[in-house]
Amino acid sequence: MAYSEKVIDHYSNPRNVGSFAKETPGVGTGLVGAPECGDVMKLQIKVNVETGVIEDAKFKTFGCGSAIASSSLATEWLKGRTVDEAAKIKNTDIVNELKLPPVKIHCSVLAEDAIKAALQDYKEKWSRAEATAATDAS
Amino acid sequence: MALKFPIFMDSQSTTPVDPRVLEAMIPYFTEKFGHPASRNHPFGWEAEGALDTARQQVAALIGARDPKEVVFTSGGTESINLALKGAAEMYREKGTQIVTTAIEQRAGLDVCKRLERQGFEVTYVPVGPDGIVDVEALRAAITPKTILISVMFANNEIGSIQPMAEIGKLAKEKGIVFHTDATQAAGKIPVDVEAMGIDLLSATGHLLYAPKGVGALYVRRKNPRVRIAPMMDGGGHERGMRSGTVPVPLAVGFGQAAEIAREVMADESRRLAGLRDRLQDLILSKVDEAYLNGHPVKRLPHNLNISFAYVEGESVLMGLNKDVALSSGSACTSATLEPSYVISALGVDSELAHSSIRFGLHRFTTEEEIDYVGTHTVEVVHRLREMSPLYELAKEGVDLKSINWKAE
Repeated sequence: MAYSEKVIDHYSNPRNVGSFAKETPGVGTGLVGAPECGDVMKLQIKVNVETGVIEDAKFKTFGCGSAIASSSLATEWLKGRTVDEAAKIKNTDIVNELKLPPVKIHCSVLAEDAIKAALQDYKEKWSRAEATAATDAS
Repeated sequence: MALKFPIFMDSQSTTPVDPRVLEAMIPYFTEKFGHPASRNHPFGWEAEGALDTARQQVAALIGARDPKEVVFTSGGTESINLALKGAAEMYREKGTQIVTTAIEQRAGLDVCKRLERQGFEVTYVPVGPDGIVDVEALRAAITPKTILISVMFANNEIGSIQPMAEIGKLAKEKGIVFHTDATQAAGKIPVDVEAMGIDLLSATGHLLYAPKGVGALYVRRKNPRVRIAPMMDGGGHERGMRSGTVPVPLAVGFGQAAEIAREVMADESRRLAGLRDRLQDLILSKVDEAYLNGHPVKRLPHNLNISFAYVEGESVLMGLNKDVALSSGSACTSATLEPSYVISALGVDSELAHSSIRFGLHRFTTEEEIDYVGTHTVEVVHRLREMSPLYELAKEGVDLKSINWKAE
């Protein structure tokens, strides 16, 4: 199974590897997968709480090249989107972009799960602040 | 000497044909192309003579008394099929129980599964954390209905070598036929069917610098005489045990490779063990939390298998695969998406099974290649650790087992 050029690119030049400092405001973290399965993704978004726009994203992945590429691509796509737009990212978009073969589709599914988990975590930690900011702005 | 890329270090999967072997084969494609069963003309006699020589060469490699005990097949998988199915069918009246190990190759395991569906009982004896089977555990698995013991001589993934002479003694004591899958051991370490009490032995050409498409099954003729039911009917070739035109050039190659292996084995295994240890030291001294899989001493001289915690195997291979050919026990590298059952059988955490990398050195491996592969493997592992959420958690002092993972 040869890898697509895009997968190789993301693997060799991964975008946005890392973690936000623990006290950074507006951060949502998704940690999905399991070591026994051979796939674990940690995806973080840093959201501007007032505008709801994802300003930055970071990832770390334990997994194969396709898993790394899927999560790297996810961080690229997340930057600049609003929290609502981010929720619309589908694993099939990732499959098409990276040309993942059928046996690697589950990597894209995990990336979609990671995005949703990060968004959920953000909402739970920061959505009251967001709601307050929204009412302040109005 | 300049390095040639890609570097091949996956010799447990296959090996290149030795130039001397290729040279020995060529006349049998073009000039000496007769059918070995053509009894009535020089082309046939010549081919038969070549096969006899090849049989002698293979017999000598494995310590067989009589070249007639060597049956040519299409490869290791066929030999294993023929041995297990052939013995099971032949001795069915005597009993229907088979004892084998949990870390046999797929051919051995899948044939046993088929035999189970046909009414045989199979016990898959587990191995210790170093991959070696306890002879007493084998003894405990034997019942009055046991007709066959099958234990792989040395394992393809972790290189662990089984106590063959002791198992042979046990089999003799109980009057049970003893088969071994010696596909990884033959030509690399001493194999002696007489001294070790082996009754059936499977070997393949492409793992000892002969071509793909040819293998052998040793079938003991004396003390005791072992019989197997054939799988292939049609002409009664190979003393009725395997009908079909023997691929003479390939068998000639196999014979030649066997002879070379026997001649160079002592020096070659010493050289390869030295290179392997050099690679092992290079890696283990530069990477923390890297674990050797398999027995540290009772292992094939050219095999190394290491798990790198927090880093998945396929991603390591990807960092090297333009330049170096290796393999991994990770689920992502297997067609079935299951992690290596061999590494799992060692009692190792499945996360470490996903993190295992196998290095297979061979006759043409050089010291420069070892240094390159060692250095680059270390680099790739370090890079991937920086990208690993598990490494990050571990460095923060989190016990990974305490986390409630939301698996998909």
